[in-house]
Amino acid sequence: MIVTLSKDSIKITREQDTIFLRNRVKEWATKIGMGLVNQTKLITAASELVRNMLKYAGGGTVDIEIVSKGRENGVKLIFSDKGPGIKDINLAMRDGYTTGRSLGLGLPGTRRLVSEFEIQSVVDEGTTISIIKWKNG
Amino acid sequence: MKNEAVKVIKAKKKYILEQWFQNQLENDGLREDLITNEDQRIQSEELLNSLTASISDNNFDNFQSRDFEKVEEILSGIAIARARRGFSPRETGAYVFSLKTALLKTLSEEISDPKVLYTESMRINSLLDNFSIITFETFIKGREDVILRQTDEITEISTPVIKVWDGILALPIIGTLDSSRTQVVMENLLQEIVETGSSIAILDISGVPAIDTLVAQHLIKTVSATRLMGAECIISGIRPEIAQTVVHLGIDLSEIVTKATLASALKMAFGMIELEVRKKATPKVL
Ligand SMILES: Nc1ncnc2c1ncn2[C@@H]1O[C@H](COP(=O)(O)OP(=O)(O)OP(=O)(O)O)[C@@H](O)[C@H]1O
Ligand SMILES: [Mg+2]
Repeated sequence: MIVTLSKDSIKITREQDTIFLRNRVKEWATKIGMGLVNQTKLITAASELVRNMLKYAGGGTVDIEIVSKGRENGVKLIFSDKGPGIKDINLAMRDGYTTGRSLGLGLPGTRRLVSEFEIQSVVDEGTTISIIKWKNG
Repeated sequence: MKNEAVKVIKAKKKYILEQWFQNQLENDGLREDLITNEDQRIQSEELLNSLTASISDNNFDNFQSRDFEKVEEILSGIAIARARRGFSPRETGAYVFSLKTALLKTLSEEISDPKVLYTESMRINSLLDNFSIITFETFIKGREDVILRQTDEITEISTPVIKVWDGILALPIIGTLDSSRTQVVMENLLQEIVETGSSIAILDISGVPAIDTLVAQHLIKTVSATRLMGAECIISGIRPEIAQTVVHLGIDLSEIVTKATLASALKMAFGMIELEVRKKATPKVL
């Protein structure tokens, strides 16, 4: 069972907010004693998802939580936007798939960087992606 | 029914202005170092003129009325100017609040019926409160603009191109490499390559906190642009945690020459232009 220990919420409306979010994530990861490698992976994942949110949905909210499961602590991030949604999630999760003339590595790469990854998306309603990085995960 | 307060405000404009200005002078918020008395008087007069011109029996209790657009515009202008000049929020707030004090004082002198005075004062209160809110909103916006401008300036100054050797340039990048920053880095670098006739550029990213797909793309672009100029680009300062993250993310940097440290990149650069660094031979003692 995953228990939430503390939470915070950050509004994302412009590019500058990503720096704020990254610093916040770093702060929380440091608080639970996450090592440098996992921290960097988590921050990079957050960076990818928040960019997608800005680029494809024009912004949204990020909930940041410290969670625990048994003896393991972790940082959970929930990215929710009310953008156009993703038509074919399987396709979007594929390496190299992009509608934004980019590398198409954001979503599949993020999944590889974190411990748990969950995506929900409804066309015309929005997208919610939640990730967890365990301290030693 | 004619509104008492509107009548008083229109009739006593001059008196109100004097009162207001008196309040401002008494206020410790008056900043003669930032604005002259004369300018402040002109500003205040303009604002009050526009207020007395737009206030009427119809819009008096409706501060959302479009009639007040002009007042709000002047007020916003004043607030933004103050934010840029370095007034504190307290000083800016006191400016509007002292107008409220002047208006209320005048009303209390002119209206004798306590019941009427009370209702009218409440109305003035909410109208002026709304003006205060507008002032604060624009004041903060003005401050944000200042911050954004400073961010731009920091971007400018924090991307120096250093000539480390004849033909070798180094660019230490510190902080986040976003799109606008990349643009600046790239321009500076390409310019410097032309000016110095350098053939090798070392991009040191020891100070970049993370490399995601966007930063990676920016790096790749910078490297390609350098190559188009006929120079070679080495990326140095890739920390272990960044290397691992890049691999998991799936970014292919194999096309790019990378080195762990600036020193090893420099050594490689020397090799590329066929230079050798040797320890000076000590003369043999016979
Ligand atoms: N929040 C979102 N809302 C709507 N569509 C999205 C969202 N996030 C991703 N997508 C869609 O999924 C595709 C794949 O996203 P992904 O992050 O993997 O690649 P990318 O953003 O195109 O490129 P990269 O992240 O490598 O720069 C995007 O091109 C876009 O069409
Ligand atoms: Mg992306």
